[in-house]
Amino acid sequence: MKGMEIETRSINREALAKWISLWRSEGKRILAPKKIGDQVDFASVASLDEVSLEQVQTVQSPKMAIFPRVEELFSFHSADGRVELRDRNLEALPETVVFGLRPCDAAAVAALKAIFTWDSPDSLFSARLARTTIVGVACSRADADCFCTSVGGSPGGVEGSDILLTAMGQGDYLAEIVTARGREMLQSAGALFGNAANTDKESRLAKVQAVFDPAAVASALSRLFDDAAFWEEQSRRCIGCGACAYVCPTCACFDIQDEGGISGKRLRCWDSCGFGLFTLHTSGHNPRPLQSQRWRQRLMHKFAYMPERQQVLGCVGCGRCSRACPVDMNILEHLQAAAEAKP
Amino acid sequence: MKALQDKARELLATKAVQVVIGYGRGRRGEARALFIREAAGVRDLIFDETCRQNLAVYLMKPEVRKLGKAALVASPAVLRTILQLAAENQVPENGLLALAVPASGDEVVALASFAALEAHVAALDNDLSAGEKAELQKFAAMDLDERQRFWQEQFSRCLKCYACRAACPLCYCTRCTVECNQPQWIPVPAHDLGNLEWNVMRAMHLAGRCVNCGDCSRACPAGIPLYLLNQKLISDVFAGFGSRSGMAAAGDNAMSTFKPNDPEDFIK
Amino acid sequence: MSPADIFKPWLMKIESVIDEAPDVKTLRLVFVDERQGREFAFRTGQFGEYSVFGEGECTFCIASPPTRGGAIECTFRKAGRVTSALAGLEPGETIGFRGPYGNVFPIRDWENKNLLFIAGGIALPPMRSVIWNVLDLRDRYKDITIVYGARTVADLVYKRELTEWAARPDVTLVSTVDPGGETPDWQGEIGFVPAVLDKLAPASRNTIAVVCGPPVMIKFTFPVLARLGFAPEDIFTTLENRMKCGVGKCGRCNTGKYFVCKDGPVFTFAQLQNMPQEY
Repeated sequence: MKGMEIETRSINREALAKWISLWRSEGKRILAPKKIGDQVDFASVASLDEVSLEQVQTVQSPKMAIFPRVEELFSFHSADGRVELRDRNLEALPETVVFGLRPCDAAAVAALKAIFTWDSPDSLFSARLARTTIVGVACSRADADCFCTSVGGSPGGVEGSDILLTAMGQGDYLAEIVTARGREMLQSAGALFGNAANTDKESRLAKVQAVFDPAAVASALSRLFDDAAFWEEQSRRCIGCGACAYVCPTCACFDIQDEGGISGKRLRCWDSCGFGLFTLHTSGHNPRPLQSQRWRQRLMHKFAYMPERQQVLGCVGCGRCSRACPVDMNILEHLQAAAEAKP
Repeated sequence: MKALQDKARELLATKAVQVVIGYGRGRRGEARALFIREAAGVRDLIFDETCRQNLAVYLMKPEVRKLGKAALVASPAVLRTILQLAAENQVPENGLLALAVPASGDEVVALASFAALEAHVAALDNDLSAGEKAELQKFAAMDLDERQRFWQEQFSRCLKCYACRAACPLCYCTRCTVECNQPQWIPVPAHDLGNLEWNVMRAMHLAGRCVNCGDCSRACPAGIPLYLLNQKLISDVFAGFGSRSGMAAAGDNAMSTFKPNDPEDFIK
Repeated sequence: MSPADIFKPWLMKIESVIDEAPDVKTLRLVFVDERQGREFAFRTGQFGEYSVFGEGECTFCIASPPTRGGAIECTFRKAGRVTSALAGLEPGETIGFRGPYGNVFPIRDWENKNLLFIAGGIALPPMRSVIWNVLDLRDRYKDITIVYGARTVADLVYKRELTEWAARPDVTLVSTVDPGGETPDWQGEIGFVPAVLDKLAPASRNTIAVVCGPPVMIKFTFPVLARLGFAPEDIFTTLENRMKCGVGKCGRCNTGKYFVCKDGPVFTFAQLQNMPQEY
């Protein structure tokens, strides 16, 4: 974080449990990784006991906290030939703490902000973000699908977190107070935090080797744009299922749907550039009729277009897309193939 | 594996087929779909317990169809899928070669004609397994309220990502019901009503057709046990009409065929 | 309406409905809130998102010129869910409008030049706004030529305005219909737009060309213009892509790194040549 001293404190597991209860008593919604059936995903929790921190990563991302899978934009009501539009009451949005997300997920907020606030601010997104506090937990383990360090992140990265906790052993956590909001949180819970005796964070973190240079990948992808055979070969087993976009913490493409008749709502909901319908014109013309072109769009958008237009990568290296993909489309593998493809 | 590789090599070298669709080693030691067009590539072919994806899903993809005549490594579920697709006029006789590989993986049976496929499938145990039946019975023991709560909770996590549909070889409609918007039969957003309608509608559209490959449940990023819906309907269709999907290359779909002597004791 | 609320439309009352051609209508819309109407401003080339509440939104250009305020107009063909709903509405009913979005025709840069407008079928609406805009500032431009064609006489849109333009001495209008599309009393040309353009052979010197039409028409028109000596940076067109938000967020309308809703819909051919063919 530029221009701000990061204060370090420490907190033990017992105090952490009390801190979470404190949020609950303040009426905050707490989203944290929780075991649901056979997988761990973000859900509302009431106590630290419900939180699962053993997994490398959850299946779905915490973007649902600031970009839910369906939300109302406004409602419309017709009576006596007149139409009235009613705004969402942004004040009624819940104060939320997202707890236990990884540094990659915290870094993803920057990509979402870039999409939702460039050019014209999206007030719904901004209102949710303003009401969200992010308490991350650094990674002591990684797996073969993680690649945060190739995209400017790291297992102990503080970017995007208001407070980042790192497990130091024996139930103790190093707490880095990253933002002003983090400092505010500390104020109401100061008694739960002690001084940080051990600040050797590095030795507690997972080691993730960087495997590619995003700038090199961006120019390789651009060079390969018209190489139809390359994209067909890569995407042949892709079934266009949409799981990658939906579990991704930075994917934010959405659809707008009206429901109701003379009275109803206009909703925004998740969508994916991988779907054939995404770019289909009413006339039947489709600029991206083949799955290979849609796969290309996914990679180009995240690694070439977004960096150029919004100066932020559309990927944080969390690996969820690779883990969730039913046909083992591994984004890391495909980016490396692009970087190595002969011009 | 060697038998499979040898057969694939022979098929490609003699140009009997233009592509062998099988499994290769992916990451994390698991299998992934492989499309082999040159004989040299057969060394990447594997067959083990991680080879679960229903490869028949690729038979309906234009990008794969344009590669030419295919040989498909076929588990029992894949064999039945081919027959079901044939019964629905989606694959022509002798249009592809099924390479049936038993669990041991050390031999391969090439099946070209529908008659050969039918004979091979008839010799397999195509019923739900004992474990699957036991799980269904557990559900039958729940009262309706409990079952409704269960499914409401499960569907509340549905994202409407349509991974279930994409993974299913029998969901091949070029314009799915959910993509019709005049009128919008199934709501698009992932709210409770839209999720319930989508999942129930899809299960019903597969009633009498699903071959129980399990790909939909494996693809679901929310971990919803979709297979329960499909297995229940498989069980009900068999009990009600005596038919199973994927057993013959011609025949009527149980749910889209009316016969005057159909049982109608369910209308009370 | 909160100005920060980018998804909330203004309420518009339908003042009139004109049947332009089979399945093609023009709606003339006034702001329900008169103050919003007085404050509303846009520039030629821009588009909006038009709502039928309960059905959805649709993207059309603003077909009226900014020089004639008070109301805005849109012209559309009934094709899908929202256009079918719009086609069923009557004067007095209320719809929504969000806009103006997109970039503009740089008509200031075109002053003292000849202007050549080429349009086909339902693509005349985006051109109509800029044609009226320059006609309302007539003395700033040199020769103005309009070449417009449709499949049949019945498919020509803005029939009254075509008559008006044909009658003006300061405009050259060449109308055409496809072979077989003429009526016994048809006075105009018979032939596809690119062929008619070739025959007309307008001078390219000091001339800006604006081309709007179905992809097949554009494909055959551009080589004619190139042969006549038009430089790609002097040929303008508008692109269409599937849109939802109109403000560069939903991710749907991009062609390469460009959003048609933000970087377009107005593009020069020089720009198109540097963009992937993804539209």
